[in-house]
Amino acid sequence: MPLPRTRGTALRHRLAELRGPDVAAKALDARALAALAANPGCKRRAILDGAGVNKAALASALGSPSAFGQSQFALTRGNAFEAKVKADGGAELLRLVHEKLDRGAEPPAHARVPELAAIGPEGRTARTALALREAGEARGEWTLLDHPMLALDVAGSPAFLEPDAVVVHPDGSWTVVEIKSFPMLDGSADPAKVGAAARQAAVYVLALEQIAARLASDSAPAPRVRHRVLLVCPKDFSNLPTAAAVDVRKQRAVTARQLARLTRIEDIADTLPDGICFSPDLPAADLTAAVESVPATYAPECLSACELAFHCRARSRASGAVTSLGRSVRAELGDLTTVEDVLSAARGETGDPDDPAVAALRRAAHLRAEALGREAQALGRKVPAAGQPADALGLEAVAPCR
Amino acid sequence: MSLIATLARLEAVSTGRAQPIATVRHRRLSERPLVFVPLTTAGEAGAPLGALVGTDRDAPHLLVVPQPRDRDLRFAFLSELADIVLPYIDTYAEDVEAAERNETDPETGKRVKVEVELCADAPQLILPSRAGVDFVRLLGRSMRFRRTAEQDPETPYPAPPRVPLLGRWLTHFGERARVPGSSLLLAMTDVLARHWATGQSTLEDQHLGALLAWIAPPQGETGAEAALRAELARDAQGQLLCPPAGPATDPAFDNKLLAPAFERYDRARTALAAAEDGLEADDRLGDLTAAEREIRALVESRTRPTWDAVWRGLDLVRELPEAGRVEERWTRDRWSFTGHRDRVAAGEPPQPRRDDAVTAANKLAAREREQARLEAQEALDDPLVMAGRRLSGEAFAGEVTEVVMAYSEGKRPSPRPLVTVRTDDRPHLGERAKVFRSLGGKPQSAEFVGYEEALDKGDEDGGVGEDGRDAGALLVLRVLDKMGRGKEPEEGSVPEKGDLVCFTLFEHEQRGGAKLPDPEETPWTHGGPPGEQVSEAADPLTEEDVL
Repeated sequence: MPLPRTRGTALRHRLAELRGPDVAAKALDARALAALAANPGCKRRAILDGAGVNKAALASALGSPSAFGQSQFALTRGNAFEAKVKADGGAELLRLVHEKLDRGAEPPAHARVPELAAIGPEGRTARTALALREAGEARGEWTLLDHPMLALDVAGSPAFLEPDAVVVHPDGSWTVVEIKSFPMLDGSADPAKVGAAARQAAVYVLALEQIAARLASDSAPAPRVRHRVLLVCPKDFSNLPTAAAVDVRKQRAVTARQLARLTRIEDIADTLPDGICFSPDLPAADLTAAVESVPATYAPECLSACELAFHCRARSRASGAVTSLGRSVRAELGDLTTVEDVLSAARGETGDPDDPAVAALRRAAHLRAEALGREAQALGRKVPAAGQPADALGLEAVAPCR
Repeated sequence: MSLIATLARLEAVSTGRAQPIATVRHRRLSERPLVFVPLTTAGEAGAPLGALVGTDRDAPHLLVVPQPRDRDLRFAFLSELADIVLPYIDTYAEDVEAAERNETDPETGKRVKVEVELCADAPQLILPSRAGVDFVRLLGRSMRFRRTAEQDPETPYPAPPRVPLLGRWLTHFGERARVPGSSLLLAMTDVLARHWATGQSTLEDQHLGALLAWIAPPQGETGAEAALRAELARDAQGQLLCPPAGPATDPAFDNKLLAPAFERYDRARTALAAAEDGLEADDRLGDLTAAEREIRALVESRTRPTWDAVWRGLDLVRELPEAGRVEERWTRDRWSFTGHRDRVAAGEPPQPRRDDAVTAANKLAAREREQARLEAQEALDDPLVMAGRRLSGEAFAGEVTEVVMAYSEGKRPSPRPLVTVRTDDRPHLGERAKVFRSLGGKPQSAEFVGYEEALDKGDEDGGVGEDGRDAGALLVLRVLDKMGRGKEPEEGSVPEKGDLVCFTLFEHEQRGGAKLPDPEETPWTHGGPPGEQVSEAADPLTEEDVL
């Protein structure tokens, strides 16, 4: 089958062109892959991530630098906690896996902790795959893989992922372990942070499933990758570890679907004009044009997930898109997608009065104007001073609620 | 977001200024609120870094933990905080008035009125943002199980006196803040966002600086420009001009300014400990004080802008007149405050880590009831909120076109006048639906009889043609109560022709749900009867704990 290979090579070539000459590809990490699931419709993000463009550098070159950063205090604390969890050959970690996920198995009195060091990500991936195979052969024993390296095929190029740990159970099944430094307070943790950890773990589960499928042979079925991962966090206000099993089936399904869609990168790349390049060394005007050539689907949620969000927000606002106020806003506005369209429809200047969205808008504008003692036709035109006392807003025009 | 609120946001975009979504103030603002602007150390489970706190906008107390990893310094911070917050709370606890409360008499089982104390006013805590409110809960949780040396001489790291008490109060404030419409603990961003719609998303409204920029932009600037500057603008050293409202700090601040300052402080402290004679120690103490002063200055530089922003927000919201039913909700806050004061005075143990099933069910029911109450009261207090309910078909306003006297059938006929209302609104009225209007603050109920045209034609469908709708519909309502006991309705209790009226489809007052069984009768499926109350053990302490 030479065709797919050629196509794959051609795509890789094309993506390298998009990235720019002499720019190293930024490896996709699990966090980036998981974030893709947050906004699946965004072609801009898909192509930039697929081509390995460093979006933070790109955002700075565009003049809208991203605001992501990590405090060194958080980093130190996170590393110290992870070291504590894995201390002593991972005894505490394995105890938690046994207690939370696999109580029927033999308690882990001792465990194999294979050496995974190798040169380069490819080497480490191969080393990890070998260790997993050996662990499968050593039935009845616990194996802890500390920072294994997994490769996941993303849009024709491998993404290298490094989970905190993977545990092989005595029955040969595999569990992903995520170690986070946010606290589990009285048995519950911040749902937003748990959700992010689960999405990240789901990416690792997918990567492990690909490896497991390769290990399958006629004599032995593929090892089972457990869909319940172990989330390890500090307990309350201490730095003693505690853990909870998190079911990531849903996140896994979403991410799998998302990754399958990512292969459309090829289609997106095909629609781009020739000569487009996202190299941060280019002048800002060229870069802006290049970025504009791929449509984005900006929503305010992007601000917490994408480095390019401030740029996209500025463009979205400049074009007057109503989604810059939130995705839910779109739902009530039918075909009207820009601020001026909506306001002029509400004022009664444009729009089909039989369109239910337009009719509802006009009623809303009328009721709002009536309550404020204004004219609905003046909607969005005059600049009334905010913070005025209510009687200055002309409340005498309001129907008394008797 | 209702369509009216969406429209307000779009208007804000096009005018460059936040637009009102309320005409009156729906939250109580105390005359003397305690403003609290805390900062926390990144990555630690709520290890405070410092705070500005106080009731005087010109003279906040600055509290700083020069090394958040040091337990003694953290305890010193919490102790200082207790010395400011608890006296503030105490001033409200002492001033009481007599009130009555319904209680079940333990002997007869009957409901009787009991004379009790009710605090005449309650304290109010204002935090900059929702994250700050969460931090109050976290602080409360971290302190309330602590033991002082007096309570337990054996405890390895005794907390300073009054710190556990502060924890119980902060927990109470944090829990009360979950009750819709309560004002004991408010987040400034929530209060502002309740009264103004900005030209950005609700997510971006969480940024106090950006929110204020939209509501009151500086002269000659649009809200969008000012908000962008508040969000992102940095000085030459890469520091945000408008620091985040906390409790989390900006990573660039942590890495560039705070970390080196901590390091200098640690070095000075080690040097002081190693000093060999008094003269040297004096010298090194000077270094330590200087290092500490530097950290204090850093913390103040990040909290002071937020402190000022909170007070500016208070100014803006205070300009709105207070809504009519805010006082009633504040009275509930006063009851809540008095109740906790009494529990503390009675020596009850701190709030448990987890509520039992019965308490949790009661809390949930109370929150649902308060949510419904809040929605009804805000609509009745504010024509702009009512407009939203009218748009969604939950209320209608119009002019009375006709009143026909009618009487109920029965031995003693009572007045049941038929009132015809012309309205442009489109309420979702079912057959014989009950509607309510506010009559002297009390709800008067009426029953939907039908649409006028439909009545005339004897049309069984009761529907109204499209033409009828465009010209406004004529609704016939039968007034049911609040007309006195006589045969003729009391003066002013029935609307007259030409009156403007507003009826709602939702009830104005909330009734409590079904009562839960007595605690002894609680089935095992719901936790069973509560056992003896056990006071919960303090959190185990380890050497590296952060709180």
